[in-house]
Amino acid sequence: MTSSSVRLSAVTKSFNGTDVIKGVSLDVKKGELVVFVGPSGCGKSTLLRLIAGLETPTSGEIVIADKDVTYAHPSKRGVAMVFQSYALYPHMTVEDNIAFALKIQGRPKAEIRAKVHEVAEILQLDHLLQRRPKALSGGQRQRVAIGRAIVREPDVFLFDEPLSNLDASLRGQMRVEIARLHRKLGATSVYVTHDQVEAMTLADKIVVLRAGLVEQVGSPMTLYRHPANLFVAGFIGSPRMNILPATYAGATSDSVRIQTAQGSLIIPRKDVSKPTSDKIQLGLRPESLSLAAPGAEAHLTGYVTLIERLGGETFAYVALKEFECEPIIIKLDGETAVHNHQEVALTIDLKRAHIFDADGLALGHALDFNPDVV
Amino acid sequence: MFNDKKIGALYVAPFVIGFLLFTAFPFVASFVLSLTDAQLQDQLGSANFTGLQNYTEMGRDATFQKSLGVTFFYVFITVPLKLAFALFIAVVLNFKLRAIGFFRTAYYLPSILGGSVAIAIVWRFVFAGDGLINQALEMIGITGVNWLGEPNTAMFSIILLRLWQFGSAMVVFLAGLKAIPEDLYEAADLDGASRMRQFWMITLPLLTPVLFFNFIMQIVQAFQEFNGPYIITGGGPLKSSYLLPLMIYEEGFKYFNLGYSSALSWVLFVIIAIFTAIAFWSQKHWVFYAQESDKNRGDKK
Repeated sequence: MTSSSVRLSAVTKSFNGTDVIKGVSLDVKKGELVVFVGPSGCGKSTLLRLIAGLETPTSGEIVIADKDVTYAHPSKRGVAMVFQSYALYPHMTVEDNIAFALKIQGRPKAEIRAKVHEVAEILQLDHLLQRRPKALSGGQRQRVAIGRAIVREPDVFLFDEPLSNLDASLRGQMRVEIARLHRKLGATSVYVTHDQVEAMTLADKIVVLRAGLVEQVGSPMTLYRHPANLFVAGFIGSPRMNILPATYAGATSDSVRIQTAQGSLIIPRKDVSKPTSDKIQLGLRPESLSLAAPGAEAHLTGYVTLIERLGGETFAYVALKEFECEPIIIKLDGETAVHNHQEVALTIDLKRAHIFDADGLALGHALDFNPDVV
Repeated sequence: MFNDKKIGALYVAPFVIGFLLFTAFPFVASFVLSLTDAQLQDQLGSANFTGLQNYTEMGRDATFQKSLGVTFFYVFITVPLKLAFALFIAVVLNFKLRAIGFFRTAYYLPSILGGSVAIAIVWRFVFAGDGLINQALEMIGITGVNWLGEPNTAMFSIILLRLWQFGSAMVVFLAGLKAIPEDLYEAADLDGASRMRQFWMITLPLLTPVLFFNFIMQIVQAFQEFNGPYIITGGGPLKSSYLLPLMIYEEGFKYFNLGYSSALSWVLFVIIAIFTAIAFWSQKHWVFYAQESDKNRGDKK
């Protein structure tokens, strides 16, 4: 036995000659919750459907619980899926919906009843068992869909954007519920979403996909702190990372010197090799920027163009002098006294600055990067 | 010159006039006539009021009773057969196949030609003693049957004419099938339900509103079948295909018994109404509407 629960090896999928999945290899460990995230059309749902057996790969191999299931029927893979639309049978009661798979398997009636009630209790559906799906709220339907998956005791749970049909507050609530359920059941889960907040909060491991290829795999904080490229840097984190044009001006073993429109900066960074082009990009997360204390050294200056106050925090949009780029966003404490058109000096937390080469690949690593921790 | 009301009235006038003249008036007139001994050749107004005599007459009329039996037989055989056949073809045409659009068109074609007089005449040639079917049978060494001359097979040929007009029911079924979300089948696939079980447990229950609609339409149409018996068999042999609409026609326009013919029409009307009413009453037991309000809604916690 290996500890891997789902393994994809060089999986590709084409529809009518269009490559949707262009060679994905991936390991999902037993008990892990892995989130596929990416913009629409990146192939994340297709990848999930390939694991479920609802699509057949063009090439490659899919192994679930040490069995090659590449061409196995969906019901023979030990997977259960929660669909975006819930896919509840509208003419059946909640009880019949949850019991459906067990009935098909021909389990004894008493056993089915007991199992359905057990699952209903876990999901607080016990008082709804005799209702039809249309008499349920969105959140309740979602729970029934999850119940239908749980009752089968699968090796792997598959979630296809399960929360995207819910309103924002309910989505937050269900997110917590899914996380709680995952901890309780300890089942291997693959979860697809386009919402990076869902990905960050739920995942043990995030797989960022773009155009049918894996951009980066890692824990939420690894992706946040050490994005491998501009795409991942831009996709993970909200508001997005600010990107500023800069020029490469040399490196030592633990730092890089770069030239920006407002002067030069020395950024702590290791493993930096000279880029093919001197044109590079400086990536700064909104929280790595702060207003410079009076008298302290400022790395950047500009003036405020817009202020968004969210209560606990404030986002200020700052147009930088000399730079030809969009205003950057900085995250400030909610009470910070700033106003529109105010001229501000900014300090960069240089340890948290990111550098990308002309192709968008990260240039070297932050000093605290550990390749063994992903 | 014209205000809005007048213009509005003008727009609906063609329909209202047509409806009054060609539907409402004959409807009422036929009922009045059914209570008289009116003859087709009589002067208007010369008929005598005979009360329910025409209706009681039916109780003694062996031809009517034969015709009624034949009509029920025809309806009870054709409606289920046609619905099953239309559903079967619709399910097949719902598969994702190459050139499926061509097949859908091809299968609908018979319904465009329909049960028209022309097709009924073709049917007569096909089933004639030296017709197409017997010639084909002869080629493989089987002696043909006198299709239209035998009471059993004459009815069969008329039933077949109705079955081959399955297209409209099929199109409605096909639309119903398309409305069933694909992910329900995917979920059932994951749950391990075979295609057959998916059909019985998902497709058919979700198709019941469409089935109900088709059932009503087919019942009404089948009870009104006229072209087939009139052109192909003339109701014979031995009145074995003498459907009620044909009897109504012959009583009125062949024997000139307008009063009796009208009474027969009303009996047919009431029969259709009863069947439709039964169907509507029964639907709460077998028709599932996805949009209907749930009766168990009260137990919200």
